[in-house]
Amino acid sequence: MRLRGRLAKSRSAFGQSLLGLLGAGDLDEDSWTDVEDTLLLADLGAATTTEIVDRLRAELAARAVRTAEQARAALRDVLIEALRPELDRAVRALPHNGADGVSVPGVVLIAGVNGTGKTTTTGKLARVLVADGRRVLLGAADTFRAAAVEQLSTWGERAGAEVVRGAEGADPASVAFDAVKRGSVDGVDTVLIDTAGRLHTKTGLMDELGKVKRVISKQTEVDEVLLVLDATTGQNGIMQARVFREVVDITGIVLTKLDGTAKGGIVFHVQRELGVPVKLVGLGEGVDDLAPFEPAAFVDALLD
Amino acid sequence: MFDTLSDRLTSALAGLRGKGRLSDADIDATAREIRIALLEADVALPVVRQFVAQIKERAKGSEVSGALNPAQQVIKIVNEELIGILGGATRRLELAKVPPTVIMLAGLQGSGKTTLAGKLALWLRSQGHTPLLVAADLQRPNAVTQLQIVGQQAGVQVYAPEPGNGVGDPVDVSRRGVAEARARHYDIVVVDTAGRLGIDAEMMRQAVDIRDAVRPNEILFVIDAMIGQDAVSTSEAFRDGVGFSGVVLTKLDGDARGGAALSVRQVTGAPILFASNGERLEDFDVFHPDRMASRILGMGDLLTLIEQAEQAFDAEQAEQTAAKIGSGDLTLEDFLEQMLAIRKMGPIANLLGMLPGAAGMKEQLAQVDDKQLDRLQAIIRGMTPAERADPKIINASRRQRIARGSGVAVSEVNQLVERFFEARKMMQQMAGRFGFGAGPGRRGRKARKGGKKGKGRGPTPPRTPRALPGGLPAGLPGGLPSGMPDLSELSGLDQLPPGFDPSKLRFPKK
Repeated sequence: MRLRGRLAKSRSAFGQSLLGLLGAGDLDEDSWTDVEDTLLLADLGAATTTEIVDRLRAELAARAVRTAEQARAALRDVLIEALRPELDRAVRALPHNGADGVSVPGVVLIAGVNGTGKTTTTGKLARVLVADGRRVLLGAADTFRAAAVEQLSTWGERAGAEVVRGAEGADPASVAFDAVKRGSVDGVDTVLIDTAGRLHTKTGLMDELGKVKRVISKQTEVDEVLLVLDATTGQNGIMQARVFREVVDITGIVLTKLDGTAKGGIVFHVQRELGVPVKLVGLGEGVDDLAPFEPAAFVDALLD
Repeated sequence: MFDTLSDRLTSALAGLRGKGRLSDADIDATAREIRIALLEADVALPVVRQFVAQIKERAKGSEVSGALNPAQQVIKIVNEELIGILGGATRRLELAKVPPTVIMLAGLQGSGKTTLAGKLALWLRSQGHTPLLVAADLQRPNAVTQLQIVGQQAGVQVYAPEPGNGVGDPVDVSRRGVAEARARHYDIVVVDTAGRLGIDAEMMRQAVDIRDAVRPNEILFVIDAMIGQDAVSTSEAFRDGVGFSGVVLTKLDGDARGGAALSVRQVTGAPILFASNGERLEDFDVFHPDRMASRILGMGDLLTLIEQAEQAFDAEQAEQTAAKIGSGDLTLEDFLEQMLAIRKMGPIANLLGMLPGAAGMKEQLAQVDDKQLDRLQAIIRGMTPAERADPKIINASRRQRIARGSGVAVSEVNQLVERFFEARKMMQQMAGRFGFGAGPGRRGRKARKGGKKGKGRGPTPPRTPRALPGGLPAGLPGGLPSGMPDLSELSGLDQLPPGFDPSKLRFPKK
């Protein structure tokens, strides 16, 4: 598995440590600390960790676990379960019939705080779609950060997708509107809108993002709103996700920078509280380093 | 769910007041809460362990003081320990004896290096230096263009001989950049490098090559305040890979507690030199360990607030105003002065954001509009001195004139005048209720005596997290324009009406 291969580079003591068993169905104190540390170090946070540990306790008792191997398997199952593997993780980026029966492009809006890798994700997503034989149009609605439009244009060239751009400082909503309009007229399959990074605490900027989505919705529905979350993010990730969901009703999460040492455990909390599934993971700077999220592989990487 | 450590501790230790000593059980309960609070603040687990052990050690056997309850006492210890780790004294940039001083920036992707380069350049320029930015991030698409633009915004030169996007050798560019600075007499060179992962051996080697080529006086490790447990592995990787002499914390304008600051400092020993906290290039400051400590604990940035309030607040004026409030003679002129005093402290929303408990009301804060204050100011300025001194004479025709003169609707003038009367009435009542001297007011008087020599040295407001911090001069209550949040709904601001804090007022001796 790809994700696992990449993540095997990162180190963790948990895989090597032998869980000490106290008879059937319970662990010794050191082992519990071990389990807890693994989860805390993966950024699951204190509350989620407690919850997982409690569930593991119940599970160990129920299964009358006898070996360390079984205990580890139980932990793995509990973690996978907590990631809700049943959630639909398909990215809705393909054209479909609009209200009037005419085919309209799939519209994907990409948002997140500064520096999480939105533009890179947009570029990679374009690349995946183009490789799949789709026609993709990119909307450079990050008109704030210096040279963001150029950065996306470079990605567009690499991926083979056209870019609709506005002047620096232009209203991002109008750029997004134009991009979707052009995409509909040209009959492309997918329009990807890259937005400026914004901290969720800046209400003015969040309003602006809300407006981008509203304005697009005047033409066609936004099929997918992806929140790009950096795997290195700690407990603040939940705050980000809450606010973004409130403003643009995010439909999926892209977890980036998983190729480093960070485990991205905050998504447990985010998925559980908001019910918004992680759909994609970013595994590096290469154009092809974007993969579907697989709970089992993610958990294996976390426990490795 | 407790938002702050102080809330947690207060609840964990409720009913402890009066015991002579903190018992072991008390300390354990406290330690548990501190541990969770620190983990929620993203302080790295090994650091949390060490820290909690230290706190336990110190708390053991310490006397329960009469002034503080056990929770407060523990918070005090925690706060002191936090400040101790976060850096004690703040360090300045190390400048080369023979210019140019070379500063190299390094960090993960997306930590904000390029933006920081611009901010640092602007700051250096304001300190009288002539910095040169060197574009050595040739990896990320258009990082070079971005640096050129921020350089332009900061009004500094950018050395960018290579286009980037994978073209050019960053080591060579860095070396030439320093040579260029030497030739053209720039006294500081800031080298912006590509973002890299700690485990990317190849990119780390490149960073080392750049370092060896330019032999920097400072290597600044740029780290995102939102980072979680990975702060330890990453900062260790950079320390062992390229090494760094200082740390810069970015994106502090979010609501992350920023526990990473503590982790990085504790793990690597490198001091945090700067903090960046906003979208604009000016949003950059030297790092204040004490403020960061209270942020991690969620106690609000009281220190900053107090400091700012003391700068802007004129003690004598306040004294006069206080006397007037007591006697019910408050005029619109005083009202205006109070408002201007608040304005001097910076944007209202920022100011309120520093209050403890304000984190939970981000939305309301965002509605606070400084323009409203400006409008009020315009209206009052549109009145004659006589009208300001005695607002009762403002009749319908005067109102119309004022509205025309200040460019607002008559209804707004009406509103202001009515609210002013309400506020005055309320303050008068309050002055009666507090007896001006009882409770917090006494503290204000005492402090005044002590601070008589140095003018502007205000009293230290109570450090209890529940108390309304001093600093907001009277005059705002009731006069809040519509659209302002109802501050009385704030937790911790109970009892006192918005913005009114008797402890801050200095009353004349009777």
